[in-house]
Amino acid sequence: MNDEQLTVLQRMIKGKWIGKGFLALLALAIIWWVGGKAIQSPSLFFQQIINGIQLGFVYALIALGYTMVYGIVRLINFAHGDVFMFGAFVSFFAVSLFQLHLWPVQTFPSLPPLIGIVIGTLSVIALSMVSCAILAMTIERIAYKPLRDAPRISALITAIGVSFFLEYFGALPFVFTPNFITYKRPFEIVTWYVKDGIHRLEAGAEAPPGSVIFSNVLIIIILVSILLLVGLNYVVRRTKIGKAMRATAYDKPTSRLMGINVDGVISTTFAIGASLAGAAGVLYATAYPQVVFWMGIIPGLKAFVAAVLGGIGSIPGAFVGALIMGQAEVISAGYISTPMRDAVAFTILILVLLIRPTGIFGEPEREKA
Amino acid sequence: MLLEVKDLNVYYGAIHALQGISFHLNQGEIVTLIGANGAGKSTTLNTISGILRPRRGQVLFKGVDITFTPAEEIVRMGICQSPEGRKIFATLTVMENLEMGAYTQNNKAEIQKNLERVFRSFPRLKERQNQLGGTLSGGEQQMLAIGRALMSRPQVLLLDEPSMGLSPILVEEIFNIIQEINSQGTSILLVEQNAQMALSVAHRGYVLETGKIVLEGKSSDLLNNPMVAKAYLGAH
Repeated sequence: MNDEQLTVLQRMIKGKWIGKGFLALLALAIIWWVGGKAIQSPSLFFQQIINGIQLGFVYALIALGYTMVYGIVRLINFAHGDVFMFGAFVSFFAVSLFQLHLWPVQTFPSLPPLIGIVIGTLSVIALSMVSCAILAMTIERIAYKPLRDAPRISALITAIGVSFFLEYFGALPFVFTPNFITYKRPFEIVTWYVKDGIHRLEAGAEAPPGSVIFSNVLIIIILVSILLLVGLNYVVRRTKIGKAMRATAYDKPTSRLMGINVDGVISTTFAIGASLAGAAGVLYATAYPQVVFWMGIIPGLKAFVAAVLGGIGSIPGAFVGALIMGQAEVISAGYISTPMRDAVAFTILILVLLIRPTGIFGEPEREKA
Repeated sequence: MLLEVKDLNVYYGAIHALQGISFHLNQGEIVTLIGANGAGKSTTLNTISGILRPRRGQVLFKGVDITFTPAEEIVRMGICQSPEGRKIFATLTVMENLEMGAYTQNNKAEIQKNLERVFRSFPRLKERQNQLGGTLSGGEQQMLAIGRALMSRPQVLLLDEPSMGLSPILVEEIFNIIQEINSQGTSILLVEQNAQMALSVAHRGYVLETGKIVLEGKSSDLLNNPMVAKAYLGAH
């Protein structure tokens, strides 16, 4: 890269300390400001952190799909957010129409209720994951695979097209309808507050001032996300298909020379990414219990920003980026104003692209012969 | 004949890269294709491996037409390539690289036996099995590339420029191992710019010039051929 190709800001940063000084000042200002708020009201601050963790884990599950697919086919799959929406709707129908979450209790009435609910909820999540995996493999087969050797921009535009298709197909009156629908959780929500120990908060009661509230939704989001992340790490690091995914991401022609079925590996990658988005859809809908056909757009874009922030193509990067995004969002929503959270999210994207386009964990693109 | 290439014509867009080449490899042989840069040597290997498709011509393996067989099926049938420039998976460990070589194999005991065989040929890989492929030296990477290809238990091993970028001592070592692999029953199609070295281990050779075979014969005859000596062996 020569100097003419750099943007003004990049040149500023590369050439002199002005850029770095500016960044350091910005970071200091943010820490000063957030720190001040934290001292002012520690309970509110911890409440934001908890909300941010909840959101961050959901973003992490979505961001992994972006980053894995990008790593293997160099495509920003903009339809990924809509796969997330599809996952939320599958769980909505499973719970509201078919009462899938009640099957363990109905089949084995002697089961302890807690175990019944856990198994029921996990079944709903699993159904969403499988449905999303099938959807993504179909999308890949129909829309992306024919463009494998086309210029990258063609596949990118196709991804945007697929995204619109899923949204407006979903908006049809006989599909998901264009309206907001109240989501029925597969379990009853239980809330606790922390003030001199942990207390159960009765439904409809107010938490005392200065306390931090959390619910079983938070616990479920964290547990399910960690379970899936550990599982993903195992698949990618230890299994034959995971190693083939890494080999294919690194060098497709050589992978084919080794007898790896590259098309199958790519399809599997889409399926795994989409199943994580499907789980995220269920978790998101249980946390913010409304579903609508466009609900995937903003979380999808935020997760995309998280993946870029962490370094697109990097799995740990997507996770770290998503946790940062979650915090940035709730802190700006809580301390500035709610609409500001989107502005902050996309400001982060712009700053990353200007200052460090490869993200936190990213490496510069390897040029292949 | 184990492997037979008949009238192969391959194009890159409008460029006629292989202009009707024919050659064969018998069971147990080392056959070398020598020629300058751009003569079409790698193109030939990649067409046999199924990642390039010819416009005309045929590739036969044990009499079966594999011209349009998918690349992974060709590996499963018993033809594996160690590509030019080694193409190690730098982000995978040495062990994982070898496992990728065995991707088409399903029998765990067989894979383990193969692994031991590869480690016997290349003890250095065993020492470095948990290191990332990208951290190996050039010679070690070449050993890994050959070992990785051997993990698929090929009947035909395609070797593309194994001497590239290596010191003379290492080249010597690699070529000794190539002969050893051959003596254990693997037939080898060897592509080289280092004609002297290649002809010294091969049974027969073909000279490739801008997509055509211009000369063929026993290695000893080619080594003594004045045209070969002048063009490829640096004699005056």
